[in-house]
Amino acid sequence: MLMCEQLVLAQESFSLTADFAFRERAITGVIGPSGVGKSTFLSAIAGFFAPASGRILWQGNDMVSLPPAKRPVSILFQDNNLFPHLTVTQNVGLGLSPTLRLSDGDRSRVDTVLKQVGLGRLGDRKPAALSGGQQSRAALARVLLADRPVVLLDEPFSALGPGLKDEMLDLVGAMLAENGRTVIMVTHDPNDAKRIADEVVLVAEGVAHSPVPTHEIFENPPQALRAYLG
Amino acid sequence: MAQRAVSINPRWPGALSGALVLMLTLGTLAAVALRADWQSGIQAADWAAIRFTVVQAIVSAFVSVLCAIPVARALARRRFRGRGLLITLLGAPFLLPVVVAIVGLLAVFGRSGILNVFITTLGFDPIAIYGFHGVVLAHVFFNLPLAVRFILQGWLSIPAERFRLAASLGMPIGRFLEIPMLRSVVPSTFLVIFLICLTSFAVALTLGGGPKTTTVELAIYQALRFDFDLGRAALLACIQFGLCVIAALLAWKFTVHIGMGTGFDRTVARWDLDRPFIDYLWIALAAAFLLVPLGMIIVRGLPGLLVMPGTVWIAALRSIAVAIGSATLCCTMSVALALWGRKWANIIGVLPLAASGLVVGTGAFLIVFPFVAPSAVALPITVLVNATLALPFVMRAIGPAIAAVQDDYGQLGASVGLSGWAWLRIVVLPRIRRPLGFGAGLSAALSMGDLGVITLFAGKSEETLPLAMYRLMGAYRMDAAAGAAVLLLGLSFMIFYLCDTGGRRDADV
Repeated sequence: MLMCEQLVLAQESFSLTADFAFRERAITGVIGPSGVGKSTFLSAIAGFFAPASGRILWQGNDMVSLPPAKRPVSILFQDNNLFPHLTVTQNVGLGLSPTLRLSDGDRSRVDTVLKQVGLGRLGDRKPAALSGGQQSRAALARVLLADRPVVLLDEPFSALGPGLKDEMLDLVGAMLAENGRTVIMVTHDPNDAKRIADEVVLVAEGVAHSPVPTHEIFENPPQALRAYLG
Repeated sequence: MAQRAVSINPRWPGALSGALVLMLTLGTLAAVALRADWQSGIQAADWAAIRFTVVQAIVSAFVSVLCAIPVARALARRRFRGRGLLITLLGAPFLLPVVVAIVGLLAVFGRSGILNVFITTLGFDPIAIYGFHGVVLAHVFFNLPLAVRFILQGWLSIPAERFRLAASLGMPIGRFLEIPMLRSVVPSTFLVIFLICLTSFAVALTLGGGPKTTTVELAIYQALRFDFDLGRAALLACIQFGLCVIAALLAWKFTVHIGMGTGFDRTVARWDLDRPFIDYLWIALAAAFLLVPLGMIIVRGLPGLLVMPGTVWIAALRSIAVAIGSATLCCTMSVALALWGRKWANIIGVLPLAASGLVVGTGAFLIVFPFVAPSAVALPITVLVNATLALPFVMRAIGPAIAAVQDDYGQLGASVGLSGWAWLRIVVLPRIRRPLGFGAGLSAALSMGDLGVITLFAGKSEETLPLAMYRLMGAYRMDAAAGAAVLLLGLSFMIFYLCDTGGRRDADV
């Protein structure tokens, strides 16, 4: 179980507190106005931002002092999720071996996962030769292969058109959540949360509130969410 | 910021490179300062050398800048066929070995050069190239193109809208736009060239050399090689270092940012162009001054290739090895320092700018002399010194590229667990191929043509190609020297071209 314990994040422009556990093997949407620190919250879980105080626990162990790669966490950023000079196969292969020394078995696992996300014959291409949606699928394939229990999504699909974005969200639901991952997804679009999130964390006025089941929070929105939804 | 630095790289390669550079710059300086013969003090001959060094540097910088202004203005406001090529050629003297250029200048301005042939047939006395004006001439040949590029950049940095506004208001462009620009660009250009001329050794070695035309660097060489007066050589090295530090501090204070030269393909639309003749005259004169000596190297040198002694070819092989070794070391250190990425690395990266080959060489000589024969380590020391002196240029080429890789892909790399050697091999090196190839070519070509520290160390059997060429000139075998010049010219540009295109090929980034 992933848990924030009296976590305080501080930067010049804002501070953010969080004190709750994420539901395991489910998708949690993190919504709120821009500039409140949603991305920083994810960065702290991923290990790119050191909290001012508090602990981030995975299965009861504090992971605040661990470097990003040692955490049970995969992350997809808003952009730069693929290395442009490596082929799709190499990019996805990084999920198995960060030194890219892939055995034959590893290679066939890469091929299998590429087929799963619908990139079966594009493994030899470089990212520039893929469409935006295909690039997102390749990044997702790496996350699937990396086999880390927590997956953080920092609006990786925000540059896609609405139809393509929904398709990718459904793919996340089908492949990651079904797979038993704990997915935490930042979004500024409530419809994204409504589409696939089981629970929603509302971030507003310096506080990341405890998760609430998605249908409840939208049926009976608290004041802060109403202000945001307008 | 509470942002944690994501440490992907081990620190020891950067620290090791930093230590090596510090040892070669400050360490050799300490060796020189300890050994200097402070008792006997600065003698009359030393004062003469200091005076000559400073005066020739001032005059060279002054003439270069003065001639560069009309040429840059002409290039800024005229568009003609071959303009781009000419501007590219203006960058060539940076890679051109000094001794090679001397051969070209001698072929034009020397005793039996084409200019004197012309003058004597008209019945006048021939002009002599050796001495003060020869040194200045050679320095202007090297630095006029540099000055033109700097000042041209200043001209092109004036926004086109200002010219339009000035034209519509009838403002005098010179007073309101051009003179303010020159006031900011000219002092820094002058100081950069002054600094270059202050540390110039090979020009004074070949064209100066008499008691009245000895630079401090040349005096170091003479004290070490001819008199074997280590104390005096060390004292002179301290003086030279002092001169360089003063000039570097001045340049630092007055230098506004001078870019590396993109966007030269723009001309500014102007409404005040009445006399194109003057502009084209300046361009033609500058082009002739640059291209005729270069052409003469080829004309004189091609037949000379056949009369070169076999030792020249062996010296060429040695030079290739030195160039490859120096480029490899320089690039490795630059990458390590740039990845280390702290303020320290930046400071260490510019330190060699204030060092000169002869000062570093004298220090290295003093350090190794008690233990081994200097000639036994001539080539390794040359590799080390050349790599160190080229470091600032290579770091300027690859530093921004490495910073961009870390900014764009550092988090992605950290999240998938790329670190150390794998991060370097899989991400950094493939993504900095272009600037790294350029930097490797630059450091290899600079090392290939360097006639500096090698002169302090080499005996008969360690000579590099520039040294072999200089010795042929000293023996008045000018045909063979011209042949060696063509070979050296070809090798320098070839190694630069190979490295640079090697970096560009398939670099799909």
